[in-house]
Amino acid sequence: MKRFFRRGRDISLAPNYILIVILVLFALGPVVIVGFNSVKDAASIGRNPLGPPTEFKWQNFPQAWEIGNFSTTTRNSLILVVGTVTSVLALGGMAAYALARLKLPGGGLLMLYLLVGSSLPVQLFLVPLFFLWRNLGLVNNLFGLIIIYVAVHSPFAIFLLRSYLVGIPPDFEDAARVDGANEWQVFTVIILPLSWPAFLTVGLVVGLGVWNEFLLATVFLTEQHLFTVVTSYYNFTSRFSRDWSLTSAAAVMMIAPILVLFLTLQRRFIAGLTQGGLKG
Amino acid sequence: MATSDQAVRPSPPAPVSRQDGRSPWGRRYRKYLVPWLFALPILLINVVVVIGPSLSAIYYSLTDWSGIGAGEFIGLENYRRILFQDMNYRRAFLNNIAWLSFFLTVPFAVSLFAASMLARIRRGSMFFRTALFIPYVLPAVITASIWRNLLSPTLGIGALLSDWGIPGLDVAWLGRPQTALLSIAFVDNWHFWGFLMVLFLSAMQGIPPELYEAARIDGASRWQEFRHITVPGIRPTIVFMLLMVAIWSFLVFDYVWILTQGGPAGSSEVLGTLVYKEAFMRFEAGYASAIGLTMSFLAGLIISLFLYLRRRGWEI
Repeated sequence: MKRFFRRGRDISLAPNYILIVILVLFALGPVVIVGFNSVKDAASIGRNPLGPPTEFKWQNFPQAWEIGNFSTTTRNSLILVVGTVTSVLALGGMAAYALARLKLPGGGLLMLYLLVGSSLPVQLFLVPLFFLWRNLGLVNNLFGLIIIYVAVHSPFAIFLLRSYLVGIPPDFEDAARVDGANEWQVFTVIILPLSWPAFLTVGLVVGLGVWNEFLLATVFLTEQHLFTVVTSYYNFTSRFSRDWSLTSAAAVMMIAPILVLFLTLQRRFIAGLTQGGLKG
Repeated sequence: MATSDQAVRPSPPAPVSRQDGRSPWGRRYRKYLVPWLFALPILLINVVVVIGPSLSAIYYSLTDWSGIGAGEFIGLENYRRILFQDMNYRRAFLNNIAWLSFFLTVPFAVSLFAASMLARIRRGSMFFRTALFIPYVLPAVITASIWRNLLSPTLGIGALLSDWGIPGLDVAWLGRPQTALLSIAFVDNWHFWGFLMVLFLSAMQGIPPELYEAARIDGASRWQEFRHITVPGIRPTIVFMLLMVAIWSFLVFDYVWILTQGGPAGSSEVLGTLVYKEAFMRFEAGYASAIGLTMSFLAGLIISLFLYLRRRGWEI
């Protein structure tokens, strides 16, 4: 490879840019094609399956919304996301506070327990959990699935929140305690406002994980009116796999909110996800 | 539980006044009870959902149990069946091994390469990083459906290439036993490698730039820089991710299930899809528990091997 130097230091970066752009096309090309196909009609996809659209059939979106029953599935997914995120933040935040600040007796054991618990694969406890949940009437029940999501996501939340809380100087809390605040007041009035960045990061990672989750949602929600956006899309594509325009329109409606949120808060997303939020 | 002036509060965590800290009861209350009241709710949920069922999986794996009523205790029969009889299990296990060898090589090669390219770029580097990360935030059902179409023999990339005069790639990648598993791995990797790349990239930013300058003065080639500075510089990250990817490789479910459900003719069956089928389609919950336990055992085996090598003095 021919190399030349600018000011004696910089190696020409042209090959780097070319290779990175190729990889970006590989990563984003398929997403762009979905965008293209979401506004084509079925016939023009047959003629031109990968290129940009020549006509715009916006009708695909309301049609996919109707057939995919998006109003119900979006509601279900949002209930799961909001329920899980608030519970994980509240309960996980409390545990993190106890570990970081209250010198929880046996805290080391609790951390070890959470570490072991978080490394157990879902497939290990899935089968007994399903039949336990069925006996408790929690299968086909959004609340039942929220409990499972909270349990699965809380170790990550506790670890991340704890490491953030450890770094907050204790002066504020001590001052509040001298003023007679109890631990609950210290937690809600002092700690939460100071540590919102960590809570936001955890909320985003857990929210994304729940919104995208497939295995548990498939197993625990089998009735059509409880399908999430993801499990409903899975059924939708099995029924309409031939209709690439409708499935693309549904896909665009599903990923648009994720992409907007991700692009707005991408630093926080990437920081949270690379700290071990989700499995590959 | 509380001193005379401090009534028992119904819900955690109850307020504690300074006075309580002075009496022995109050001090104990403050020191032990309050912290545990904070940690208890999440701990209880975790025990009920994760640890309890995990432990009962060990018992159920020794039973013939359909999921309803009590199982019949049959000792190690399920494990005998796994080891000596069940050809589906054997094939799924070998597919998991193939999956493992794919994911320990391809994503690592691509993302190390891309990260080392991107690490030198200043202008636009945030844009590239974000763009390459996007596939990782998409749900598996979307990724799978995109690629099911792109890999289609009539509408996909293969058909386009064949129109352009490059024949031979317009085959049903997901519909043929020879290519199904590899195609699924390719799709999963499309979604996954950007995540790995970003991890490596941020690790590379911790390498002191003086090392590269010194190497350049010594006339090192790019490959030599990569080999002797970049890779050693981020080795802890690489090794940790190798460990995590190895563990995940035995647990894969989503992409296989969504794209082929283990087919055609079982050619892409993995242990994760086998558990699902045994438990929820064949109602062999006891046998499914045993398979799930072997998956955890394999993941545990990987961790033990890692710790063993580290104890033997491997710098990993």
